[in-house]
Amino acid sequence: MKEIILVKYGEIALKGLNKSTFEDMLTKNVKRRIKSLGNFTCTRAQSTLYITPESDDIDLSETVERIKKIFGIAALCRACVCEKNYDDIREKSFEYLADILPYAKTFKVTAKRADKSFAMKSPEICMELGGDLLEKFPNLSVDVKNPEVTVTVEIRDTNAFVHAENIKGAGGLPVGSSGKAMLLLSGGIDSPVAGWMMAKRGVHIAAIHYVSPPYTSDRAQLKVEQLCDKMTDYCGGIAFYCVPFTEIQEALKDHCPEEFFTIIMRRLMMEIAQRIAEKEECLALITGESVGQVASQTMSAIVCTDAVCRIPVFRPLIGMDKTEIIEIARKINTFETSTLPYEDCCTVFTPKHPKVRPVLAEIDKAQNSFNFEPLLQKAVENTEQKIFNFKR
Amino acid sequence: MSVYLDNAATTKPCNEAIEAIAAALTENYGNPSSLHRMGLNAQLSVDRARRSIADALGCDSECILFTSGATESNNLALRGVTSAYGRKKRKIVISSVEHASVAETAADLEKKGYDIVRVKPDSDGKYCANDFICAVDENTCLISMMLVNNETGYILPVNDVFNVVKRKYPEIITHCDCVQGFMKLPIKALSMNSDLISLSGHKIHGAKGVGALYIKKGIRLVPIITGGKQEKGIRSGTESVPLIAGFGAAVEKFCSTISERYEKVSELKKFLLSGLSSIDGITVNSPSDGSPYIVNISASGRRSEIMLHYLEQHEIYVSSGSACSKGAQSGVLAEFGINRENADSAIRISMTSETTEDELLKFIQALKDGMKNIKS
Repeated sequence: MKEIILVKYGEIALKGLNKSTFEDMLTKNVKRRIKSLGNFTCTRAQSTLYITPESDDIDLSETVERIKKIFGIAALCRACVCEKNYDDIREKSFEYLADILPYAKTFKVTAKRADKSFAMKSPEICMELGGDLLEKFPNLSVDVKNPEVTVTVEIRDTNAFVHAENIKGAGGLPVGSSGKAMLLLSGGIDSPVAGWMMAKRGVHIAAIHYVSPPYTSDRAQLKVEQLCDKMTDYCGGIAFYCVPFTEIQEALKDHCPEEFFTIIMRRLMMEIAQRIAEKEECLALITGESVGQVASQTMSAIVCTDAVCRIPVFRPLIGMDKTEIIEIARKINTFETSTLPYEDCCTVFTPKHPKVRPVLAEIDKAQNSFNFEPLLQKAVENTEQKIFNFKR
Repeated sequence: MSVYLDNAATTKPCNEAIEAIAAALTENYGNPSSLHRMGLNAQLSVDRARRSIADALGCDSECILFTSGATESNNLALRGVTSAYGRKKRKIVISSVEHASVAETAADLEKKGYDIVRVKPDSDGKYCANDFICAVDENTCLISMMLVNNETGYILPVNDVFNVVKRKYPEIITHCDCVQGFMKLPIKALSMNSDLISLSGHKIHGAKGVGALYIKKGIRLVPIITGGKQEKGIRSGTESVPLIAGFGAAVEKFCSTISERYEKVSELKKFLLSGLSSIDGITVNSPSDGSPYIVNISASGRRSEIMLHYLEQHEIYVSSGSACSKGAQSGVLAEFGINRENADSAIRISMTSETTEDELLKFIQALKDGMKNIKS
């Protein structure tokens, strides 16, 4: 008995003439993610990707776990491959479903006949197979409204397939199909979630992080690198840029009014981020800001930060509550790392009473009282790059 | 050259320990429980280490039981004693400055219905033996005190307390966490009147992952780990022969020089303190009569973690608070009457007899620079 994985597209299925570009990208992403598990052949037909393991010792459970995290997929399932005749479908179903049906109480059968040349019509397949399964597993009864197990028979061009569980995919668009953007990654809870949300829309993520030794520690940087590593499960490869920020922060401390520290610091971070973004062909910046969460994320503060931005800044969490963000952080497995207690550069020299409603003209004036340009250039020059790829 | 001044967190394993460990990994790799000669040889090397540690404490080698470290020893002491003796006597007395492995274990027992009394120092940060003695009564099953505090080097009056407690209530079990005192101060099990003593291998130039518990003859402990009945059934699990052999080798190396090394480190402490007195904004948190191996200071206005990372840039390694808590405030300094601001800027320098004046000079200079360069 041969088992394969059927991967059903999400939004891609709705695309028009450029559909194949998206399909190519998705296939490439899937192949890359499961390569280390063994050899597979991937073929596509009728908005479905067929993933066939080339040997019996491949761990399909792990394969499914990995594919579940790839964007661009609406649903997936493990299915048994049958020949396109009813007898084989029945015999294979008995064997394949023997793990599930003896322990269920209710079930139903659905059929999808994509190949209209198949002799039986869908309702006939349902009735026949339903009857045969009832006989074989006397513990079952039929419940078409709310069954415990739904057995699906798909008659497609090459083969027929039987499966009993549909697994929800990650949704969205294949990573890379929307271009590249630079994520400001602080190490907190929000930024990895923001990156995940944009990756879901097909954005290829690069990440930028600022370090201020000795005010921040090696462990804080390591924590952010761990976050990058975890994000590759969903986002694929991430180029990580680490910016030395100590001198800029010390200059800020010496030359700018304390209440403006955070806001000017954010502006300088944005400036550095977009310079590197331009160099690395990123089309936009991504931040984990949410309106009103902290002083630097009030609407007035965002006006002041945006004033220095030449490229779009995406803020996918802008209207979310902390609890909603945490829920996603837990789901994508970044929460625990994010909450490790190391100082990051955002909390160095935090003013006691930051300006909650900064006025742009005042901020401009305060920032212009010192020439940050040489320090900015130096920071960009000394930025170090590291690449994180999906491992395992 | 890097300057390592975090010896209360862990020490560099000595060559003797490394050789003993390597021998047990490469040649003498048998299981001490095996009946053949390979097993016997492994058992003999465990026995030799047991003998060395027993000699150092002045006790019979049967009284030494190996564990995975002092945290396990402390857990076994508290949990093992309460299980064996705590059915009717529900009170445990500890100091308020214990290491987390005692404090948290006691807190856990508190949740299970034990009455925990945490004795605090006076307002001037000094412990009075009488406060402990008054805290115990006929309902007490255990008193547990550390000998040397790991954050400040303060020496608790364990001998005085245990002597009186044992005279008044002979059936109360006494336990001493000697991790920061072993091989540094003269510790003899009998004269200390301690029924149980916790020791650690990696604080005395052995490897991490091994510790010991001295158990006085006649004291019963209910095991917290069950299995193949190794270590007389009190601590099951195949003995870590390499780590135990390393622990023993380190003890053999250092046990005859306790007083000489004490003198030497006392001189180093004097040297360090006189150097620090030239820096503005430094206050010393350690008592003058504490263990010379640990000196706790505050660098006014500079948060501990930042100063630590500043020194790290100059390859000087110290600790903020105690290393076990990765920088988290333990509250022990507050117990000793050190104010919040000084506790936030506390730095712990912990030495060995191998520490040199040159290293201390390098530290003092870097600290001076740090006071100038770090923006508060």
